Amino acid sequence: MNWYVFLEGVISVLLIAGGAFAFIGSLGMAHLRDFYMRLHGPTKATTLGIGCILIASMLYFGVTAGQPVVQEMLITLFLFITAPVSAHLLAKTGLHLKLKHVEKTRGKPVELYREEVGEKPVPHPDRGHD
Amino acid sequence: MLDTALWISQALILMALSLNVYRMIVGPSMPDRLLALDTMYVNSIALIVMMGLWLNTKTYFEAALLIAMLGFISTVAVCKYLLRGDIIE
Repeated sequence: MNWYVFLEGVISVLLIAGGAFAFIGSLGMAHLRDFYMRLHGPTKATTLGIGCILIASMLYFGVTAGQPVVQEMLITLFLFITAPVSAHLLAKTGLHLKLKHVEKTRGKPVELYREEVGEKPVPHPDRGHD
Repeated sequence: MLDTALWISQALILMALSLNVYRMIVGPSMPDRLLALDTMYVNSIALIVMMGLWLNTKTYFEAALLIAMLGFISTVAVCKYLLRGDIIE
């Protein structure tokens, strides 16, 4: 079998898988019932989908240029690093605003420390605070 | 084969973007809208990368990188504003 036909198949499968994962993530975000559930879809499925699409693009330009291309790896790495950080901040914001959650959501929103929501200054023991 | 895959994938991403717009309009609270916006920029990166594949050019890579960085920074800034009432203290 021709090598290029095989690579084209791999790229096509990666593209369709990426689109499907991104769609499933957005479907979860539009369909689920409370904010803590909705946070699951985009942070995991959509990140995986965009990783698939960027790897497909990297493969395509690597094959057509005849040498490995690593620029798309930059976006992939950046997104894979920043997605958990923004998800953590969004979850913390939802807990801080005390959003409603359905009964089936397991676990209760934990209480944040008063220092974390700005009601009390962060204590500095060496400056005389307790 | 690649053209068909690009068509299918772009249609899926377009449907995902319309779902994000729905959540951003309907979303009952502010973090919901922020989450929809966060997902929207990730999906638009996918759309731009696929446009680069379609036109067979690498010009759009920088645009995708810029959207990734500015999207993350703006998400963090709005989260910080909702969490503390201030961005830079």
